[in-house]
This record gives sequence, structure tokens and C-alpha cells, in this order.
Amino acid sequence: MIEMFKAGLILTGALFMFLAALGLVRLPDLLTRMHATTKAATLGASLIMLAVALHFGEVAVVARALGVILFIMMTAPVAAHVIGRAGYFVGAKLWHGTIKDELRPNYDPLTHELKSGLETDANAVHHPRESDPK
Amino acid sequence: MSTVILASLALMSLALCLAFVRLYRGPSLPDRVVALELFSSMIVGIIGVVAIATDVPSLLDVAIVMALMAFMAAIGFARFLERGGPRDD
Repeated sequence: MIEMFKAGLILTGALFMFLAALGLVRLPDLLTRMHATTKAATLGASLIMLAVALHFGEVAVVARALGVILFIMMTAPVAAHVIGRAGYFVGAKLWHGTIKDELRPNYDPLTHELKSGLETDANAVHHPRESDPK
Repeated sequence: MSTVILASLALMSLALCLAFVRLYRGPSLPDRVVALELFSSMIVGIIGVVAIATDVPSLLDVAIVMALMAFMAAIGFARFLERGGPRDD
């Protein structure tokens, strides 16, 4: 029973890794490629680590396998965010079929200034408080 | 069980080849960084499968170090890219 479960976990993990690589090759621009790789590869590595934990079944190994899963799950989104941000700043081209880029009108690449979209005259008025330093 | 391990290793090697295609072709530097990031995730998976195949649990430490190095490398590459400003490659 455990053998079959383990085999299923290993095969699904390998399949998800393959799908991630396929998406990396086939998709049109940087952000869609990252969308394919980060999630699918994280899930694939986590499934294989679960299979490792099932295979050995000792406390030390299971703890380490779960540690790997936790580490991957925590660092993959951070790394993806950082690379995507750098890619946007560097000027990676978006796919020609992109419908909406909400950062484009609100962000100034030279000064790194980001508008909130709420800049009206009423919002710009400064209201001093009692606690403000003189 | 050995057939499953062989099949999964073959699938992941094929995936490594596909990622290498993107690493070679990748129109811009961030694409290549994404391919390297995927490399490290797949190597973690391959190390896990090899640990099962050879019954050596210490290989998990290698996987931990691999994941850690990949994270550091991604952060470093992103800092390097951002400091360089807009580029056209």
C-alpha cells in the first residue's frame, strides 16, 4: 500500500517538474514563464520530498524532508517576486497579447516613483496634527 | 519500484534538457535566471529520487544545501539586474 502511494507521489512529482520545464520552453514571455515554473516546480519537489519521508519513515529523515518542503514553500515565492520585479525594471518585453499592464501608467522607471491613483487636490492637502513636531 | 524510479529520472532528465533549451535561447537575462532557478528545483527532486533508490538518507542534506544556494543565487542575480538599470539584450 505504502509502496504504491510512494510510486504515485514520485511519478506525479516528476510529471509536475516536466510540465514546469515544458511551460518554461513554450510560454511567450518572462512573467508567464515564471508562472509556469515557480508553482509547478515547487509542487513537484514537495511531492518527491513527501515520497522520501514515506520511504524512510524515521523521525530524523522525516523532519529533514519536511524541512526541505517548508524551506522551498517559503523561498520560492520570494525568489519569484524578486526576479519578476527585476525583470520588469530591466524592461523585459511583455507578450503582445497582454491585455492590461496596470503598473505602466502609474510607475516612473527613471525615479522609481509609484503613484497610488488617488492623487487629487483634496488628498494632497496636508492636515497637521497635535502630535506633529513643530 | 525500480521502473518507477527509472521513469521519473528519465522524465526529470528530459525536463532538465528543456530547461537547458530556455537557458540557451532565453531572449533576456531574467529568462535565463528563471531557467537556473528551475534547474535547482529539479536537482532537489532528482536528489530525492536518488536518495530513495540508493537508501542513503544523508543525501537529503545535499538537497537542503542545494535549495539554500538556489535562493541565495536568485536574490543575488535580482540585485545585480536591478542595479544595472534598463537593458536591451
